[in-house]
Amino acid sequence: MRRGVVLVGVALIVLAAWAAPGLAQDEGEPDQSEPTVLTGTLRLGFDQFFAGVEITAADESGTRVGQVTTDQDGRWTIEVPAAGDYLVTLNEQTLPEGISLREGHQSTTEATVLQGASRAVVFAVGEAPKGTPFGERAAQTVFNGLKFGLIIAMSAIGLSLIYGTTGLVNFAHGELVTFGAVIAWYFNTSWGGLNLVLAALAAMVVCGLLGAGMETGLFRPLRRKRLWIFQLLVVTIGLSLLGRQLIQLFFGPEPLPYTDFQVQQRWEFGPWAVTPREVVTVVAIIAVLVGAGLVLQFSRFGKATRAVSDNPGLAEASGINVNRVVLWVWVLGTTLAGLGGVFQGLDTDIDPFLGFQLLLLIFAGVELGGFGTAFGALVGSLIIGMSTEVSTLWISPELKFVVPLAALIGMVLLRPQGLFGIKARVG
Amino acid sequence: MDFSIIFGNAARAAFGPEAVILALAAIGLNVHFGYTGLLNIGQVGFLLLGAYGTSVSVATFGWSLWAGVVVGLLLSVAFAVALGIPTLRLNTVMFAMVTIAAAEIIRILIGSTDAIGLTGGPLSVSFDAGAFYDLNPYPDGPHDRYGIGTFEFTGQQLWVITVGWLLVALVTAGVVMLVRSPWGRVLKSIREDQDAARSLGKNVFSYKMQALVIGGAIGGMGGVIDAIKTSGADPNGFRPQVTFFAYTALLLGGSATYLGPVLGAVLFWFLREWIESFLRQIVEEAWLPDVVAEFFDGAEGVISVAMVGVALILLMLLRPQGIVGNRTEMQLDAR
Repeated sequence: MRRGVVLVGVALIVLAAWAAPGLAQDEGEPDQSEPTVLTGTLRLGFDQFFAGVEITAADESGTRVGQVTTDQDGRWTIEVPAAGDYLVTLNEQTLPEGISLREGHQSTTEATVLQGASRAVVFAVGEAPKGTPFGERAAQTVFNGLKFGLIIAMSAIGLSLIYGTTGLVNFAHGELVTFGAVIAWYFNTSWGGLNLVLAALAAMVVCGLLGAGMETGLFRPLRRKRLWIFQLLVVTIGLSLLGRQLIQLFFGPEPLPYTDFQVQQRWEFGPWAVTPREVVTVVAIIAVLVGAGLVLQFSRFGKATRAVSDNPGLAEASGINVNRVVLWVWVLGTTLAGLGGVFQGLDTDIDPFLGFQLLLLIFAGVELGGFGTAFGALVGSLIIGMSTEVSTLWISPELKFVVPLAALIGMVLLRPQGLFGIKARVG
Repeated sequence: MDFSIIFGNAARAAFGPEAVILALAAIGLNVHFGYTGLLNIGQVGFLLLGAYGTSVSVATFGWSLWAGVVVGLLLSVAFAVALGIPTLRLNTVMFAMVTIAAAEIIRILIGSTDAIGLTGGPLSVSFDAGAFYDLNPYPDGPHDRYGIGTFEFTGQQLWVITVGWLLVALVTAGVVMLVRSPWGRVLKSIREDQDAARSLGKNVFSYKMQALVIGGAIGGMGGVIDAIKTSGADPNGFRPQVTFFAYTALLLGGSATYLGPVLGAVLFWFLREWIESFLRQIVEEAWLPDVVAEFFDGAEGVISVAMVGVALILLMLLRPQGIVGNRTEMQLDAR
């Protein structure tokens, strides 16, 4: 099974390389003499080709335009009547024993073909995961959940502390996460090609500066103006839209990877098969979170943060510089959010929606632990990440994000103060 | 640079079906947020149910289009009731988070592969809206166009927007009557101070629920128009930012005003399309350095949505009551 996963990775790369000429052909001049075809090859690695698999093409209205089975070399070609959009379906029943579509891939894909062009359609197949014992799959999802939960936790601490100290629910927090991932990508690729570790550190600095700028340039003056709560919410929603669009403007809409640590051999520990990259992610986040936790628990800054969260007026009266505490909370929060984005980008590639997709999960984690506390955000996020991943043992991976959202709603209804919050009147 | 094209495009967007849909979504939000003070940021969920209720009834179950419209509206109402019962007692922020999470859950479920048999899943759903277009009184030949310059519609489009704006007018009139009634005054009192309303013996929960249902059903109508306009529905069309656009329209025109959401929706699409057309023309102009032209090329849509974000921020900072609004109407209970 584990060898299979690596093989699938290779198979995909090979398929992609093979598909490239076909795609390039798409853009060529339409040639009336050539037939308009959909085509592809079903294979795994360099040596396994699947014959006798049924492939069907249908036009947009659902009318079938052709059905073939793959030949000895896994090849199939369907000639279609005209250029246009087609739905190509692979009959999963006809795949050989022990082979299935890869997780997350569907048996039907859309393909657009130009007149006289040949359009390659790729079905990513791999060894069926059904053969894996439940215990092994469970162990793997628990590890994935830990990793995901840690990434959410790292991003969530800032949101929670900023809420605790200033009462602001920052809908633009997801874009801070994306910003960290994207800035690190620029340092990693076009701005000097730094090693990803250095790029991540540089991105953290930039994120911290951005956080300081947002606090001093925008949110501190707004606090002084004593805006209504919905005005602040709408301002952060506007910032979120603006930030996401700006990132898309410069970075582009397509997901891109970092240049380092992409293809790695998996290490095997008992039931786990993990890449070194994932191990480093988990260890590094734990180290950073423990460090942040120690600072927040024992330093003067940490104590001041808790004092301000508890009662800003009283904290001010007892000589704490509230604005300075809030400033450092912003710096710490955005730095951690940016680093969280780097790790998430390393895990899934970077795109402009990376942070926004995490935002509701971050809310869920923060709400679960209790708004305003760092420790609560950590535990809540771990639970959210874990339950999201572990749920895939029973439900389709497409639906896994329903779990944290449902947890968010359930928690708000049953225990709005969160697991560790102190019960207070919330409405 | 041809400004007649730019203004023609902008006017077409301002009076087109997209503006109708946005106006209905914003009128619904006006009932929720403007008059009752409910910060619903999951309005797109009501649109989604309106659109999918209509589409799925016709495409999957083979019912008539009119039955589909009723199903779409009933689903929106049902969503409002299901959402309201547990959440209407929560504070502003908690209520907001639950609404956005609930709308996202529906979108994920409806757009998943498991739902292909029912809703088309990620492949989207399409149906025959012929029953609606059969009533079209405008001649609709391949060369029939109505309007001047780029401000023109086909017969079918004109029929959709005629019905759409009539609906907007009817709904607006309905909201005016409701808000002027004693019922509307109770809503406003809940917005200003729900404890005071409660102390006068008003059932705050019940009034909030009625407002949520009415505003949700109006949003659902927007979804129905969307389904008819596109003869189908696609899960990607119902992302959270649709709600944010509706808020932009509402806050631009003026929250808690009768015409604010409509004015806002028209202006929203006028400005967005104006910016996009303007940028497209800029790209074609020869006097610009290539670097600038290349930067803007293909990014018109991204930039215009970024401008929506800027508009939201500036509105909240400079004029939270919008163009025709009254600042004292923005004094919400929840701080």
